[in-house]
Amino acid sequence: MIEELAELVGHHPLFDGLPADVAALVAGCARNAAFGPGELVLAEGGVADAFYLLRRGRVTLEVHAPGRGPLVIETLGPGSVLGMSWLFPPYRWSFDARTLEPVGAISVDAACLRDKAEADPAFGYELMKRLGAVLLGRLEATRIRLLDLYGHDRPD
Amino acid sequence: MIAPTEDAGRAVADGAATGTGAFTPAPYRVVERRVETDGVVSVALVPDSGEPVAWRPGQFNMLTVFGVGEVAISMSGVPGEGRLWHTVRDVGAVSHALCGTGVGDVVGVRGAYGTAWGVEELDGVDVVVVAGGIGLAPLRGAISLLARRPSGRGRLCVALGARSPDQVIFAEDLEIWRELGAEVELTVDAAAPGWTGSVGLVTAVLPQLSFDAGRAVALVCGPEIMMRIVARALVDRGVAADAIRVSLERNMQCGVGLCGHCQLGPLLICRDGPVRAYGEIAHLLGERER
Repeated sequence: MIEELAELVGHHPLFDGLPADVAALVAGCARNAAFGPGELVLAEGGVADAFYLLRRGRVTLEVHAPGRGPLVIETLGPGSVLGMSWLFPPYRWSFDARTLEPVGAISVDAACLRDKAEADPAFGYELMKRLGAVLLGRLEATRIRLLDLYGHDRPD
Repeated sequence: MIAPTEDAGRAVADGAATGTGAFTPAPYRVVERRVETDGVVSVALVPDSGEPVAWRPGQFNMLTVFGVGEVAISMSGVPGEGRLWHTVRDVGAVSHALCGTGVGDVVGVRGAYGTAWGVEELDGVDVVVVAGGIGLAPLRGAISLLARRPSGRGRLCVALGARSPDQVIFAEDLEIWRELGAEVELTVDAAAPGWTGSVGLVTAVLPQLSFDAGRAVALVCGPEIMMRIVARALVDRGVAADAIRVSLERNMQCGVGLCGHCQLGPLLICRDGPVRAYGEIAHLLGERER
């Protein structure tokens, strides 16, 4: 079971190229998870006690605005990491996350993985480098979207 | 490795007059007008005399609205239709006048100018097309031809970015391309509640496309910042920089490489572009425009 999970973990882009024993370390905190369409996976303000390595299906990150309903901030697809607030106190979700379709994922217990990262600084640093790259990619994408690139053309 | 489009750098455009009369537009008549989105209009033109000039997807024409001015606009149709489609966003005096033309109006046409996507070279090759906003217009003909390649002659993956769902141009074509077997992913910067498509930068959908990066050719068109980011993401995915073709936009005025307004480093984009291999122009993309 752990071996199967370790293989799935090692195939996810977040842990691509991770040595098998390190993937097994992560898999020790992981389990398979499945969600139906329209399910709320994360709720804003809720305890960030796990994160998800998406394998199938798409999930929207949303924020609820009074009078406007749920506003979609971003859509995450297969290969994405769902949930970052488990990394930093106070470990509360910043946004809602809802499935758009059936979703298959690996759920990783946050406290379990944080403990392993604290206990093994080399592993912890590797983990932070990989998660940092994901965060940097999202920050850059958000900045580019702020430019409203498609809304402006060269005037003739 | 797939070579850059073979006509990249070709100095003389297909069908274009480059000697005496190079600046004389031929009269074409608007035979159809279609509103694509708010502020974006497509017009179909046929010449008052004879057949339309030969052209290939990726090339552009200089369009004249008499008494207003002239502007470079890519063809957005499919070769062989017997009419020239151009898709125009209303952003200035000439484009505003073009968007305001009606059936029967006369427009001046010079062209076809510039380099093409090189679709004819892509038989048997996986092709990934990435378009942003109205950047889909110069790619529409290429996608339509590629989608009709015989089965087994290479995958076609299309990633589209748009400002919002109501700003997606050629929406009906996306379904046609899907029905023809293309993998089409659309993502928008922002959407109202109820949108079940993707929200995010166009690079976010690239990992979901199934193409063989090591033997794929990419065709990219959109705002230049987007093209830089997309090209880097494709290189990270394993696509060769020389196999990524981008369509450059600069201040094109003469269309035949004489005036120099569209200079980018050693290139005159109207003559040496607009389609170039990313691998050969990446170092120029940071240059400030003259």
